[in-house]
Amino acid sequence: MTQTETAPQSQATSHSSHPTAWKWYDYFTFNVDHKVIGIQYLVTSFVFYLIGGLMAVAMRAELYTPDSDLLDPNLYNAFLTNHGTIMIFFWVVPAAIGGFGNYLIPLMIGARDMAFPKLNAIAFWLVPPAGALLLGSFFFGGAQSGWTSYPPLSLITANTAQSMWILSIILVGTSSILGSVNFIITIFKMRVPSMRWDQMPLFCWAILATSILALFSTPVLAAGLTLLLFDINFGTSFFRPDAGGNVVVYQHLFWFYSHPAVYLMILPIFGIMSEVVPVHARKPIFGYKAIAYSSLAICIVGLFVWVHHMFTSGTPPWMRMFFTISTLIVAVPTGVKIFSWVATLWQGKIRYTSAMLFAIGLLGMFVLGGLSGVTLGTAPFDIHVHDTYYIVAHFHYVLFGGSVFGLYAGMYHWFPKITGRMYNETWGKVHFVLTFIGANLTFLPMHSLGLQGMPRRVAMYDPQFTAINQLCTFGAILLGFSVVPFAVNLIWSWMYGPKVGDNPWDALTLEWTTSSPPEIENWEVLPVLTHGPYAYGMNGRNGKGLNPSAPTSGEPAVEAK
Amino acid sequence: MENEKVPTTIITLTAGVVITLVSLWVGQNHGLMPEQASEQAPLVDDFFDVMMTIGTALFLVVEGAIVIAMIRFRRREGDDTDAEPIIGNLPLEAFWTAIPAIIVIGLGIYSVEVYRDMGGFEPAHHLVAKADTPAHIASMPGSAIAAPLVADAEGMESDEAAASKGAKYGFGAAPQREGQAADLVVNVTGLQFAWIFNYADSGVVAGELHVPVGKDVQLNLSAQDVIHSFWVPQFRLKQDAIPGQPTELRFVATKPGTYPVVCAELCGGYHGAMRTQLIVHTQEEYEAWFEEHQIAQQQNPNQTVAVNPADLSESEFLEPYTTKLGVDEKTLTQLHSMHES
Ligand code: HEM
Ligand SMILES: [Cu+2]
Ligand SMILES: [Cu+2]
Repeated sequence: MTQTETAPQSQATSHSSHPTAWKWYDYFTFNVDHKVIGIQYLVTSFVFYLIGGLMAVAMRAELYTPDSDLLDPNLYNAFLTNHGTIMIFFWVVPAAIGGFGNYLIPLMIGARDMAFPKLNAIAFWLVPPAGALLLGSFFFGGAQSGWTSYPPLSLITANTAQSMWILSIILVGTSSILGSVNFIITIFKMRVPSMRWDQMPLFCWAILATSILALFSTPVLAAGLTLLLFDINFGTSFFRPDAGGNVVVYQHLFWFYSHPAVYLMILPIFGIMSEVVPVHARKPIFGYKAIAYSSLAICIVGLFVWVHHMFTSGTPPWMRMFFTISTLIVAVPTGVKIFSWVATLWQGKIRYTSAMLFAIGLLGMFVLGGLSGVTLGTAPFDIHVHDTYYIVAHFHYVLFGGSVFGLYAGMYHWFPKITGRMYNETWGKVHFVLTFIGANLTFLPMHSLGLQGMPRRVAMYDPQFTAINQLCTFGAILLGFSVVPFAVNLIWSWMYGPKVGDNPWDALTLEWTTSSPPEIENWEVLPVLTHGPYAYGMNGRNGKGLNPSAPTSGEPAVEAK
Repeated sequence: MENEKVPTTIITLTAGVVITLVSLWVGQNHGLMPEQASEQAPLVDDFFDVMMTIGTALFLVVEGAIVIAMIRFRRREGDDTDAEPIIGNLPLEAFWTAIPAIIVIGLGIYSVEVYRDMGGFEPAHHLVAKADTPAHIASMPGSAIAAPLVADAEGMESDEAAASKGAKYGFGAAPQREGQAADLVVNVTGLQFAWIFNYADSGVVAGELHVPVGKDVQLNLSAQDVIHSFWVPQFRLKQDAIPGQPTELRFVATKPGTYPVVCAELCGGYHGAMRTQLIVHTQEEYEAWFEEHQIAQQQNPNQTVAVNPADLSESEFLEPYTTKLGVDEKTLTQLHSMHES
């Protein structure tokens, strides 16, 4: 990578007055600006996060006692199904790919917009109706067969609600296919001419890998669900065992495409990590190539591990063994990323901003989630804990500790860019502490529950597990409250927070070279890339203009250099 | 820095020794698993202990590195400069790619070994070896309990033999018993929300599973409505009961006692209530129980109707089991109305 100072063109514009800036009501219209769409995605997904979170707290409240005394068991299952579905398809994926992806990709590669702005808007506007369908299904009893919707259960319970659930997933799936096409073309065609592949920020690599994966996997998930829809409504019998259908085939179809979908959630978060950590540690990312290539390796190996979700099902012995080995192998590229981030911290000059705290919190939790993941990859052990709370513990360490911490880190990191204002660090830290304690209190004890014999997806359980469940419920309530400082802080700061300059973190990726918030069309004159994205401390650079204490004190950070 | 007086190799060495000792201790003393009651349980637990040892070591090293970095490499007051840029280190990267690779390959090989010892490779053989001998239970060693089964199995192809013919999924005989028939065969049917244990040819039907200690037991699992999953945590064994797809589970119980049988696959609203018990008896106790039930069921022909639960409505069918299942009258009515709708 070559490094000299950032090209000065962008600083010609001042951030104070933009006659062409968007008004608040533009965010409620069919706007084609990628930044507006990114914010639309972020806000929408955050609303869904709150709804999914309320469902989770309701479930945990039910599990405070062993009996099913708070929620009707069928309602519990409807909450369970919709919690999982919302968190995956309406929170992590739209926030990470739709929100951060749309907002940042053109800015990071020096483009004025996405390749197909109208398509981009269409992709977003598919999400609200999909969400309405999903929530509307509650008027018909709510889909109850879990986010996996295995037949025959999904064929015999709450048929209308189940059909609405399927249509909702197909709609968000369509949205994510449209988005993926757009990202791939944008990244390939619209980078500033001066940006080589190996100078592209790692977040762009992650979104590229994710989009390719989504393009391959989502259509066929939709196909599998369509067959299920036909079975429910039109008398076909692909998965009806009493009419010659095979229920295990559905599981193969579902997981062949849904296991890679798990990487759809985590890869963009890995991308966010690779942006946040170097900036706040003031050090170049360690092992740029290793991180970029390991994303691709995870994509490829990830296509051959799906049967580890089916070890106790109709799975012949050779498959159990083959998929044990392939699953274990995915741990290697994942480990490479973890080690690279730790090495980036090592000998850095770590700024404890809220963004950095969440990034380090992610590292801490993801290590445990990854280690329990390795144990689950081995068939003989997985057979004991499959479909138990050990699994629930594992995937929440990965999804809450990984995805949610990563999204929070991203929100704090890019908040000053998006709004032009600084959030309050003290409340950010309160948010972090509550979230970190809450998440560990909720999910750590669940490992033991599962190993001892508590199955998952139950509204009632053996009374011997009461004490540990109550601990988890306390944790969940704490997690519920932890959202308050976050939401209040960001909303208040968005309106009244101290104004900051274009680049309060003194970061080196291109999005920081435009004004905050960026003007329409991003730059008056497109930037010219003169150094790599992570050239901290290189070529005589030495934290010039960095003033991290300024934002908290209400002073604007140093403006243009 | 203060510790520069002590050579870093010594610090690293000490840390390594401490981490190794702690990990070994945790691996042996985590106490996370429930008691062991089958021949498979110690195999799984030993494997888990190894993973706990390795996992603890990795956890301590990585989390330790994070915590040390957080403390040692925090920004000092007034220092607004960038850190020394280090962008890569090939030997180091090769090292931390190779170490996890070796660990996971080692675990992979070990897990194949454990899986084989548990009898995981056996059910596939079934298809080939036993397909032409449907009444293979007839050939089992003449133990006392087996007698009633043998008598009835002769002549016609019995249910469980037919089931085991197709069962190519699940756990079969452990390697040392390969090719031998099980001592006791029980047909297990999962249905919303109960397990029915059918000691096929002897006519004994029960809502709880009773088996003798130390005997090789084979369960032929099937499901009537949706997928259920048969799990005994103390046995470390689990296998889905899949509609239209017979599966099997073979085990030797090693310790008399009462253990929970849990349904682990979401099977509807009352999935959580689909619990029963597995009672491991001594041989004498088992025979006494078996005899008692055989007589009782002959005297009460109503009970034998339960052999074909399909003819009964759900609540009618579940009635005899309600107390054992912990499902009360109210639940049953709800169940009933749920299915009507
Ligand atoms: C407030 C934080 C959260 C709490 C208290 C919570 C709690 C729960 C509970 C109690 C279950 C039911 C477990 C079971 O019986 O299988 C569950 C399931 C699930 N959760 Fe969460 N959760 C939280 C956040 C998340 C997040 C952030 C995600 C994803 C990004 C997530 C994804 C899932 C999924 C996929 C399921 C499985 C649903 C299914 O089995 O169909 N959860 N969660
Ligand atoms: Cu069940
Ligand atoms: Cu169940």
